Amino acid sequence: MSKRKVKDVHRPIGECITQVQQILRERFCHQQLPDRPEGLEAQYKHLLELLRRSAIQGESNSVLIVGPRGAGKTMLLQCVLRDLLQEKEAQKNLLQVHLNGLLQTDDRIALKEITRQLNLENVVGDKVFVSVQTEYYEQILENKTAEKSPGDRSSSRPVLFVLDEFDLFAHHKNQTLLYNLFDVSQSAQTPVAVVGVTCRLDVLELLEKRVKSRFSHRQIHLLSSFGFSEYLQTVRTQLSLPDDFTDRGFAQDWNSSIQTLCEDKSVEEALQRHFNSSKDFRSLHMLLMLCLSRVSVSKPSIKPADLLDASRLCLCDAKANMLHGLSILELCLIIAMKHLNDVYEGEPFNLQMVHNEFKKFLQRKSNSMYNFEQPVVMKAFEHLQQLELIRPVDGSSAKTQREFQLMRLMLDHSQIMEALQKYPQCPTDVKQWAMSAFG
Amino acid sequence: MIDSVCSLCVSSLVISVEGLPRPTIIIPEQHILIEGDDEDNPYVAKVIRLFGDESGEQMKAVVQWFVRVSEVPLSKLKLLGREPHPQEIFHYQGRICDDEVNVESILRPVQVKHLDSATPFPNSDDKDTMYVKLSWDSKAFRVVDSALVESACEPASPSSQLPHAVSGVETESLHSATKLSASKCLSTKRRNLATRTPGVCKKLELHSKWEDVVSQLLDKELDSKVMLAHRLSSSPPQPHPVTHRLTPINKAHRSPVTQGTIRLKPSTIALNRLPPSKMNRPLLSARENSTRSVLTLTSFKTLVAVYTIHLTKAQSHPTCPHNFAVCLIRNLLDNQQDLNSDGEDEDEFVPSQKELNGCSEEDEDDGEEEAGLDSEEEILVKKGRGTTAVFRTPRSKQKTHSLTRTPRKNPNKKIMPGTPRTPHQATPSIPCRSLPTRQPANILEEARARLHVSSVPESLPCREQEFQDIYSFVESKIIDGTGGCMYISGVPGTGKTATVHEVMRCLQHAADVDEIPTFHFIEINGMKMTDPHQAYVQILQNLTGQKATPDHAAALLDKRFNNPAPRKQTTVLLVDELDLLWTRKQNVMYNLFDWPTQRHARLVVLTIANTMDLPERIMINRVASRLGLTRMSFQPYSFKQLQQIIMSRLNKVKAFEEDALQLVSRKVAALSGDARRCLDICRRATEICEHSTTNPSATGLVGMSHVMEALNEMFSSAYITAIKCASMQEQLFLRAVIAEFRRLGLEEATFQQVFVQHQALCRLEGLQPISVSEGLAVCQRLGACRLLLLEPSRLGVLQRVRLNVSQDDVLYALKAD
Repeated sequence: MSKRKVKDVHRPIGECITQVQQILRERFCHQQLPDRPEGLEAQYKHLLELLRRSAIQGESNSVLIVGPRGAGKTMLLQCVLRDLLQEKEAQKNLLQVHLNGLLQTDDRIALKEITRQLNLENVVGDKVFVSVQTEYYEQILENKTAEKSPGDRSSSRPVLFVLDEFDLFAHHKNQTLLYNLFDVSQSAQTPVAVVGVTCRLDVLELLEKRVKSRFSHRQIHLLSSFGFSEYLQTVRTQLSLPDDFTDRGFAQDWNSSIQTLCEDKSVEEALQRHFNSSKDFRSLHMLLMLCLSRVSVSKPSIKPADLLDASRLCLCDAKANMLHGLSILELCLIIAMKHLNDVYEGEPFNLQMVHNEFKKFLQRKSNSMYNFEQPVVMKAFEHLQQLELIRPVDGSSAKTQREFQLMRLMLDHSQIMEALQKYPQCPTDVKQWAMSAFG
Repeated sequence: MIDSVCSLCVSSLVISVEGLPRPTIIIPEQHILIEGDDEDNPYVAKVIRLFGDESGEQMKAVVQWFVRVSEVPLSKLKLLGREPHPQEIFHYQGRICDDEVNVESILRPVQVKHLDSATPFPNSDDKDTMYVKLSWDSKAFRVVDSALVESACEPASPSSQLPHAVSGVETESLHSATKLSASKCLSTKRRNLATRTPGVCKKLELHSKWEDVVSQLLDKELDSKVMLAHRLSSSPPQPHPVTHRLTPINKAHRSPVTQGTIRLKPSTIALNRLPPSKMNRPLLSARENSTRSVLTLTSFKTLVAVYTIHLTKAQSHPTCPHNFAVCLIRNLLDNQQDLNSDGEDEDEFVPSQKELNGCSEEDEDDGEEEAGLDSEEEILVKKGRGTTAVFRTPRSKQKTHSLTRTPRKNPNKKIMPGTPRTPHQATPSIPCRSLPTRQPANILEEARARLHVSSVPESLPCREQEFQDIYSFVESKIIDGTGGCMYISGVPGTGKTATVHEVMRCLQHAADVDEIPTFHFIEINGMKMTDPHQAYVQILQNLTGQKATPDHAAALLDKRFNNPAPRKQTTVLLVDELDLLWTRKQNVMYNLFDWPTQRHARLVVLTIANTMDLPERIMINRVASRLGLTRMSFQPYSFKQLQQIIMSRLNKVKAFEEDALQLVSRKVAALSGDARRCLDICRRATEICEHSTTNPSATGLVGMSHVMEALNEMFSSAYITAIKCASMQEQLFLRAVIAEFRRLGLEEATFQQVFVQHQALCRLEGLQPISVSEGLAVCQRLGACRLLLLEPSRLGVLQRVRLNVSQDDVLYALKAD
């Protein structure tokens, strides 16, 4: 054993790097659940108890997990299920059905999916061939609920329904599926546990009153108010290698480099900025992923510069980047629009107005720009529309001529100015025109 | 079936049946069959007297009813303590039911014999002799006196006067056809097959008795075969047209003819086993003994074979026989008129066709014959999946099996490898749990189990008045045998459905102890249907077990409720969530409320919905008028009632402090009066209590603090916490929104406007201003939580922003930081 360890210590660096990347990538891409859901112990306990009672005592329950995006709702549920299924008693009993509001967009699809996941297909298979689909519905509900032992909640196996994007199910016609699920959970039929996962805080207001009455009103909120120090700690643990890494020496080096990285002042600043912007772990993972991808054999650790670069990449403005790719003419049109916006206080404009503004600029102070033909300007204008930098005003029909169709600029002044600063070889007179207060 | 009722007098009645030469005379004290719901098993009764009504036009008969085995509820049949004989009937001594019948509904006389309870049933297949041993009063069976039963004079030969719609004419034609050639006889058969009117088929289909069609056809064939066989076997010296016909074919196409002659043999054998008196009588049902089914089967095959010959002769085409045989079977099953035109389904039958061919070539080898049988079964099953509604019902499928099954000599051959198990027999279900549920271990767990909404309470407290009203309403309707509607409204969770169920339980109990007549209880729920018209299907299925399309079901129900029928039970129909049965033409609601007004319907409709003014709001006048004014509204529970409900549920399990209960009930009563909510909060409070009993000072009871925590969890909105937990930029954005609203004096602003404020606030707070993309992301996150209401994000910086929380809440949440 010890012999092997000695041998393992001196692994080639390339192999170590590959392993590091694999471990960290699994973490960042949510393929691996953490051992414990951090900061969510109370919610974890509540949910685990609830589902355990459903699985073992056959008690019907319904619960909603509510929290902002990236707060760890699904992670929490997965952790609970993982730990619940380690108990033999629960594992043997519990049947699971996972639905997603984005996939099961109406009740019929949802029912088909339920049937599939509960392996009730062949009744329904027979049914589907011979009869209209409407019968199908009751068929499953009967099957699902009033099974062989109606009214006997101790003999049939409990079913766990997980409804991801729960709020979308509330938009189904009549909320039939929700009504039936909650109704089963409130009656002495097959025990069911309905777990809804949503990010909408007002989800209860979406439910119809009779559906709402049948829901047990249990909500688990994932609203954690952790501070920056916890955030920094999370970054450190997320980047650190586990103790059982094969090459111990490398792991120690790596972990100490992460330690120094987190203590770096500029890194801390960048992370603070991210933290201020959002507490979402997904965006943090995105940032760390960008850093990780820069690690290579020649550069076997994450340097502060990498993180700063990645941070810059994450925070940069998308529209301003798009402006860099425009031609000078298109840029001039954008500037003309900006002036029009200033003059008319955000009123919509049309191509003719923009062209006139542009021509005024040419007459007054341009020495590096020439006038363009109307069709060329039109083409540039259409390109801008395709890039969605401008969009037609709602309600203006296609009947009006294209030159006179009213448009709005979809950019903020700051974005235009930022783009102009970085635009390669921008003529100075154009820059001056953009910065001048008047057209 | 009965064509007309002719001359009448007080002492006897003459009925004539189409297709029968002699009219039948019905006199008092005679047993008769009366047309009922089930055409196969008409009601049996004894005529007591005959009279004409006031106008003198309508003849009526007063009868004493007998009950067939199939009319006794299955659960009660267990009281019999033995297997009932199929021909057994019971002298009906139950509650008074309509004992006047119109003479039009009398089918024919029947023979009823009284047997002592000890004597075994005679071993006879005679369908027209009924046996009475016991009487039935809807509660118990008793021994019956023979004097009550035996009629004064039995009709001379009731069996010879069997009316039979299909075979009546044909039997005659067969009898007269003795001099015709066999082939002609067969073509008559074929014509009959082809020209059978769709009306007859319909009628038979309606009652899911398609197997009767088959058996009738088979029997017709059998009849012809009787003659044929007699001619072939018993009188060989006589030169016969059939043999003449057969000979030339024999020369031309050898194999089909050998098939034919071989196939003819078994039927002859089988026929010899039967008593001669039965030869001409059509079979009525599929309940044959083994000899019979062998007979049916062989004759079926013979039929196929003979047709083969016939066709070969007619078309002289070597490949025809198979097609024809296949078509024939399908024809039998499908009742299609055209024999040759439906080629599109042909490929479906190709494999079984081969088997059929094999079957017709084998001799009397049992095993192979079984293979052939299975192939036939397969065809039947295949057809059963076809388009016709009747074939779909599982019941008829099962009968199909029993029809074609032969008694097998070696049971180990039962499952042939070639026959796939049809999926409809395996009913998949959610498997039962492998481990039993754990029983509640402590007092809190027990309280929690008792407080679950699903646990049925021993009684329903606080709804005594409503219970009484509904009870007396339904009870009076049941006793009077009339119909009526009632509309029950109330907010969710006020016990509407529970009360109605409780009423039904009590009424059912009353019916069991014979205080009121028995009744049917049906429940439908608007929310559990995909389409309002499914209501018909569900009602019909609950009433009769039939399955039908919505239109068909509506027609059947209409017929059922609009037409008088003797011995009809009252039906109580509970329609939950009535508002979902609304359609544009409102025909579902109209029908539901119209049926009770019919004289013979005996239907009581209880409807439940949430809003009190539903009839006025959504119903058109003619529907609202039929619903009537019997309304009842369930008030939300008051805090005292809620407290009482919890107490009665807990039933002396001491788990709550008195004050805690009062707090919960007061809180819920103030908010909604929803009993479900109340129970859920109590349940949650027990959980909280259970997890917080770490400190030993606690009493172990659910106290105020636990209840408060549960109430907070369920009623407090999470908005304020959500704002407190939001990131710095999100909080700043909310402040910017409010600042912009104040500046504009409006409750709405575009993102662009808010963003300017946001940038200013950032500088004020000493933070680095964020880019527009970042700002949009912040805005979207707030929108996803519904702290802000946003326009679709494709509008970018132009999208308008609104607050979904009050400004005060936002300011409060941000200030507390």
